[in-house]
Amino acid sequence: MNQVASSVNDSTTPKHPPPQPERSRSPATAPRAKPLKISRVLLYVVLIMGSILMLLPFVWLIRSSLMGTSQIFVFPPEWIPSPFQWSNYPEALTSVPFGRYFMNTFMIEVCVLAGVMLTSIVSAFTFARLRWPGRNLIFSLLIGSMMLPYAVTLIPTFVMWRELGGLNTFLPLIVPAWFGGGAFNIFLLRQFMLTIPRDLDEAAYMDGGTPLTVLWRVIIPLSSPALIVIGIFTFIDVWNDFLGPIIYLSDEKHFTLALGLATFRGLNNTNWPYLMAASSTILAPIVLIFFIGQRYFIEGITLTGIKG
Amino acid sequence: MKRQKSGMMRMERNWGLLFALPAILGLMIFTIGPITASFVFSLTDWTIGGQMTFIGLDNYRTILTEDSTFSQSMFVTTYYALGSVPLGLAAAFIIALLLNQKVKGLSVFRTVYYLPTIVPSIANTMLWLWMFNPDFGLLNSLLESVGLPGSKWIYDESTAIPSLIMMSTWGIGNTVIIFLAGLQSVPTHLYEAAEVDGGNRWHKFFHITIPSMTPTIFFNLVMSLISTFQAFNQAYVMTKGGPNNSTLFYVFYLWRTAFTETKIGYASALAWILFFVIMVLTVLIFSTSKKWVHYEGGERS
Repeated sequence: MNQVASSVNDSTTPKHPPPQPERSRSPATAPRAKPLKISRVLLYVVLIMGSILMLLPFVWLIRSSLMGTSQIFVFPPEWIPSPFQWSNYPEALTSVPFGRYFMNTFMIEVCVLAGVMLTSIVSAFTFARLRWPGRNLIFSLLIGSMMLPYAVTLIPTFVMWRELGGLNTFLPLIVPAWFGGGAFNIFLLRQFMLTIPRDLDEAAYMDGGTPLTVLWRVIIPLSSPALIVIGIFTFIDVWNDFLGPIIYLSDEKHFTLALGLATFRGLNNTNWPYLMAASSTILAPIVLIFFIGQRYFIEGITLTGIKG
Repeated sequence: MKRQKSGMMRMERNWGLLFALPAILGLMIFTIGPITASFVFSLTDWTIGGQMTFIGLDNYRTILTEDSTFSQSMFVTTYYALGSVPLGLAAAFIIALLLNQKVKGLSVFRTVYYLPTIVPSIANTMLWLWMFNPDFGLLNSLLESVGLPGSKWIYDESTAIPSLIMMSTWGIGNTVIIFLAGLQSVPTHLYEAAEVDGGNRWHKFFHITIPSMTPTIFFNLVMSLISTFQAFNQAYVMTKGGPNNSTLFYVFYLWRTAFTETKIGYASALAWILFFVIMVLTVLIFSTSKKWVHYEGGERS
């Protein structure tokens, strides 16, 4: 309860630095300086405890990736591997053709990202800024499609790709990205674009510009935080996608990294240390990307006018 | 002047339709087409490799009147949603408040709290499978170290769903991010006005933060309801629906019907019932939202 109260107070302070010095000068607020400090200590304690909770499974993941099979199952569990089996990593990554899986995943990533970026930008722009007959109907259908359980479309989509001969190719994983880039991305980008002042469009039209000019000169440059967000979301989704590849890819030479992980889980014997080592390796790039991009995550998702 | 304006409108319409083309085609090919096909399948007794006969609403009748597995899976899914949605939203909101502070190492904290969301789901579920293990799992060893009795977690009918709810709360990173974005867009001038009026932190929290956040809370409520009703991975990787069907999530039952028993027609009917349930719930939330969701600046188009 306490930290909620303090956090509310603090959450306002970074947002408007100007009133800050004024407040500390005023005698009325001076006695509050001390309790504030306690609440800050409390804040750090809560944040750090929460972080430990969040990190615990990861520490478990890493420690297991450095152990022998027998040490993993010791009870009560040991936290420090002895000895550190660094060899788990090279062995896990060479026991299965991870190089090929990486190239497959990378190719899908590039094709999907290009499709999502290109088509979700133009879709969001047309829904946010241009008027044409049927726009609201189409937009409602699009938003409605987000609420559709994927299970409903799963079977017919599979049947469709089977008829088209798309099974065991990357097409079922890539092509949908070129048709609008997903309702969620369009919605997110549109919400963001609505916050860009319309005067800028008008000015471009005055100069004889077309909607393409507005999109290229005004909307895209100003939307970069939101674009980075959908780029990172898309990257992570493709990187982790398990359901799509397992439905459409059966030939091992087309496997992705996520499927490669699953190959460690045998029917009767799972090689836990290898699984954990490979998982940590595959996880690393995403953690890095998120760490670098998290600033844009927060800025980019501005969802104030949400209304279905 | 008038001609110029209509020329402008025509240009806007042409470009608008051109830009909307990929989305419209996508909607038709990957949403409306499959939905229609799925509905047609649901009226047949199609099994993979078998003949397709039109049987009208028979599948629906069987599901609603005779299929006890259906009611069990609906119960399990509702139970799970009732537990994990409120808990997840509350936890995510509190974490977002904490992460909206000016603290040292903020980007590290934010990354750490988001981490569980980005673990490949197969690695994630296996990790938890292991943590829940009654004999050598992390959770029981922690409980033991503070002198508490262990639990059987997902291996006991009564604790299986609560365990999965606990696990789901751990992976709320996306909800946190969206709350955080919402908190950042609470208009600063409102806080300033409250300060001028002598409002303390509680006033600010209940009269500004909460009302300003209602659109974001609404969005997260709808989204997490939809996604919890579609929970699948845990049942698929961890429990296979057991013990004794206590974790038989609806979509897992649907998947099993379609891909293990290859009863495409029956599974399609199951999918449509889920669709209907989610739609009713969403409409209900939307209709109550007028009472509690506040939009600054009113309507937006």
